Amino acid sequence: MAYAAERLPGEEKKGLGGRLSRFLSKGPLHVLLIGLALFWLTPSFGLLITSFRTAADNSESGWWTVFTEPRQLTLEPYKKILANDGLITAIFNTIKITLPASVLVVLIAALAAYAFSWMEFKGREWFFLFVVTLIVVPLQMALIPVARIFGIVNIFGTVTAAIVFHIAFGLPFAIFLLRNFFIGLPHELLEAARIDGASEWQIFARIVLPLGMPAIASLLIFQFLWTWNDLLVGLVFAGENPPITVFIQQQLRQFGANLEVIAPGAFLSMILPLIVFFAFQRYFVQGLLAGSVK
Amino acid sequence: MAEIVLDSVTKRYAGDTLAVSDLDLDIRDGEFMVFVGPSGCGKTTALRMIAGLEAITEGEIRIGDRIVNDVAPKDRDIAMVFQNYALYPHMTVYDNMAFGLKLAKTDKSEMDKRVKEAAGILGLEEFLNRKPRALSGGQRQRVAMGRAIVRNPQAFLMDEPLSNLDAKLRVQMRAEIARIQDDLSVTTVYVTHDQVEAMTMGDRVAVIRKGELQQVGSPTNLFGQPKNLFVAGFIGSPSMNIVASRLEQANGSIKVNIGGQQVTLDDQATSRRPDLKSYAGKEVIVGIRPQDLEDASLASDAPQHCRLRAKVDLVEALGTETQIHFAVDAPAVVTEDIKELAADVGADQLQRLQERAEEGRNEFVAQLDPKSRVKNGEQVELVVDTSQMHFFDPKTSLGIYGDGK
Repeated sequence: MAYAAERLPGEEKKGLGGRLSRFLSKGPLHVLLIGLALFWLTPSFGLLITSFRTAADNSESGWWTVFTEPRQLTLEPYKKILANDGLITAIFNTIKITLPASVLVVLIAALAAYAFSWMEFKGREWFFLFVVTLIVVPLQMALIPVARIFGIVNIFGTVTAAIVFHIAFGLPFAIFLLRNFFIGLPHELLEAARIDGASEWQIFARIVLPLGMPAIASLLIFQFLWTWNDLLVGLVFAGENPPITVFIQQQLRQFGANLEVIAPGAFLSMILPLIVFFAFQRYFVQGLLAGSVK
Repeated sequence: MAEIVLDSVTKRYAGDTLAVSDLDLDIRDGEFMVFVGPSGCGKTTALRMIAGLEAITEGEIRIGDRIVNDVAPKDRDIAMVFQNYALYPHMTVYDNMAFGLKLAKTDKSEMDKRVKEAAGILGLEEFLNRKPRALSGGQRQRVAMGRAIVRNPQAFLMDEPLSNLDAKLRVQMRAEIARIQDDLSVTTVYVTHDQVEAMTMGDRVAVIRKGELQQVGSPTNLFGQPKNLFVAGFIGSPSMNIVASRLEQANGSIKVNIGGQQVTLDDQATSRRPDLKSYAGKEVIVGIRPQDLEDASLASDAPQHCRLRAKVDLVEALGTETQIHFAVDAPAVVTEDIKELAADVGADQLQRLQERAEEGRNEFVAQLDPKSRVKNGEQVELVVDTSQMHFFDPKTSLGIYGDGK
């Protein structure tokens, strides 16, 4: 699509004048969009500036004063927080929870979704409906019973406990999302592979997974962000190994925000999700199926 | 390479819909067999049962000397070309073709050789590194063929592989597929709803209607000796002119009433259909192919007793032939077969047919020599090749032959 548009006849001939008039005609829209984006970014930007100011400055004046007094900016808060073992451990705890919880959810859900969309078995529709219904179960309801079970099997308070809980509550939606994507793949593709001699596993790994990448990548990003930003599950189940959210929350004092720890901590915890997002966004491509079936 | 035998194969879907019923067919080793019929007649279901993509309700399918009813598609050693090609969009042309061989753990150099060979046959060498989306429809079709060829299977199964191509390309690929099949002499089952494709490509053609096999035979056999009205109307383009008639016997020869006119069958025509005598004085359905009508002014030596006069409604000069349409004052035949054939062309065709039957007239098409000078609205005299006329029993719709055919 993209280069079909580029090749439109007469497009280039218009030259500078054409481009200028096009920009001007779309100008109001652009201004509006840029304005909205700035508005949305302001709180994050404020937090970013705050994270580069000392506690004293923060308690005396607002972050916008840096525009008149840029010498307020300092790396001090980051140096301090990186020297704090608690935060580093907390970030590692978060990674230890988030990576397995998101990768396993995607993997298990992909296998289940494949079965729900392409393998014949009795009661398939009902079973799928049951799994989808589980989406409505609020996780708060399960906290206490699950805590008891974790106590019995002796994993309460560990990273494993948080991982298991995240997987259990992530799966219904993940299966729902992937199944709806997989079922849209042309069935002739799977039949062609079957006739070419592929086993179910080979069809899954070599046809469905590669073609399901847009859905899998979005699911992975969502699941990663949910688990990464989760506070409740970490607070309840991984209390002895607090993830970053719990750690930052613990820095809050009763009568003060302790901004010089929270602001840089929040930004440090954003780095990995951003990396994940940009690494996987290239899979959000349209037209992956182009040329397959007419 | 192997023969494929269908033994009383039946497919029944939930809710008792009968898709294929009691299909018996021997497809010989190396034969090009075409399944043809109107859409929804069960031909694709039959093919998918051979492929193993559809379970068989009753009966038995054998490929080679193996009963394959419960054999998974991947173990049947067959290759299939799908109507929409079903190319793997994330793989290059090379990988698309090599996929089956890779799964079979074929030796790498052997695989390379076979893919290159198939690409050579199909003229795909320069596209091997492209993805399917960067190919034209015709090229994609070739890749789908290539994927079948490299596997070197016992049989090719093709499900309307040309229906997505434009008319010109379709004619070209038709010849190409027939040539490739001939070179490789792999048993092939080819499904199409296009009778021209069936006639030009098939060694033998199986005409299927509502899940039931109507007739199997060589294209000439189907054209010349259709077993029933359905086959007669389906095979041939333009299709056969069919009209209700009455036979009369006079002076030892049989006369056929076509509207208010009469043609007399010569001895050759009657001797080819001994049973015709017993229909003397009875109603029959007569079929005349457009090709068996000729402008009398170009065949002045033709006897008077096999001529029809008519007013020309429409002349279509195609250069290679001239088609004329004219009205006949005999009622159009409306049987289940004819209705189905008309419905396959389109709903309005069916409606027109019924109107004509009620008004007691019918429209004929004749295919004349291009030298004919016939004009719109003129009276024309046509010669009927009576030896090529077809007769059907109005009750059973079966062709009247009488020598075991």
